[in-house]
Amino acid sequence: MLTGIGVTIGQLFCASALAIVIALIFGLMRLSSNKIILSVATIYIEFFRGTSLLIQLYWIYYVLPLLINLNLDAFNAGFIALGLNFGAYGAEIVRGSIQAVPRAQWEAGRALNMSPYLQMRRIIIPQTFSHLLPPASNLLVELLKATALVSLISVTDLMFMSKVFNQTYWMSLQVFGTALIIYYILARFFLTPFLRWLEVLAARKMGKTLG
Amino acid sequence: MAWRWDFAFEILPQLLWGAVYTLMAAGIGYLLAVFIGLIFMMGQRTPSYVLNRITREVVEFFRSTPLLVQLFFVFYVAPQFGIKFSAWNAAMLTMGLHYGTYLSEVYRGAIEAVPKQQWEACKALNLSIFRTYGRIILPQALPVALPGMGNYLVGIIKDTPMLATIGVVELMQSANTVGSLTYRFLEPYTMVGVIFLIISLPTAFGLRKLESMVSRRQGISKQ
Repeated sequence: MLTGIGVTIGQLFCASALAIVIALIFGLMRLSSNKIILSVATIYIEFFRGTSLLIQLYWIYYVLPLLINLNLDAFNAGFIALGLNFGAYGAEIVRGSIQAVPRAQWEAGRALNMSPYLQMRRIIIPQTFSHLLPPASNLLVELLKATALVSLISVTDLMFMSKVFNQTYWMSLQVFGTALIIYYILARFFLTPFLRWLEVLAARKMGKTLG
Repeated sequence: MAWRWDFAFEILPQLLWGAVYTLMAAGIGYLLAVFIGLIFMMGQRTPSYVLNRITREVVEFFRSTPLLVQLFFVFYVAPQFGIKFSAWNAAMLTMGLHYGTYLSEVYRGAIEAVPKQQWEACKALNLSIFRTYGRIILPQALPVALPGMGNYLVGIIKDTPMLATIGVVELMQSANTVGSLTYRFLEPYTMVGVIFLIISLPTAFGLRKLESMVSRRQGISKQ
């Protein structure tokens, strides 16, 4: 079961890294004034938000090898599907938090003759964190829960190990009960406090105090 | 492996039947969740501190553990205590509880968004608790709660493929069956994806329309 926890955390880690990259790219693309870039991002986001994660998972794991001969092992297919899916949700959060920065901040950046890149990096992005982090941490807890789905394409994560143990020992109460409690502990006592700490840190950097 | 249209059309009726069951599962699960959510919300608003804490922890527990594990727990553990669920009942119960806890948070936020003065005004007018909720508080909380409720409706539709894992015959399960009978997975899984898009995009659009309609009724205009 311990190796299962390790794999679950590994999935969480790889998937969230991929999701953050995708969220940033597509979130910024959604703000583009270029029609083509905008519609590509919109289609991507609507597609991944509109279909079910489980279907995406099956599709990447079972269909891609048939279609374009791209063979992924279960672990990679798992975190790629999770990352692509949650990246789409994250992109909307990124877009929302950037739009929440007052327009005057952009204008001030321009008035100081900053390049668009510098404006983004020094003025806009730091201000998004306070808007970004609360929904992002909800999403990460969702991601942790979603990692249970990768057991269905036989990634040996916590859920998969529980099913194996259940079939070996026939003690479903103990096995699934333990799994539930482990997920609960991971979310409630590790992930949530860590994200909360990040929020406080970001607020302090901005010179605000969180209630 | 190339896409075969004739095969796709051949399996279409079977998948569409699956889709009907998917919609049914999502609908029943959501209705249950709406009521269970109300119960959890009331539990968190009672004056009793102990009851408050307990409901809070239960809600947190349901929210931070995966639906899939909960499904397996209900389906495989309940029989040990002599409670036998069919796959369908276990699925509805779990879905209702899981999404009920989410909805209770939505309700709670919406009710807290109603200004305190509204409560005081009700007290001043000597309205009963039912009239306070029914005529004053809930109508004002509804527009706030609707976007959240809509999101979870779309969410529950997209979570129904999970039910296939305990043997509920819905869209995903039909695709699995077709796939394992014919060894063709390309068409069934792709079509399931497309069917989900066809279901969830209009639902999301319809919900946005509903939101703006309700806000307009209440004289609150959105921008």
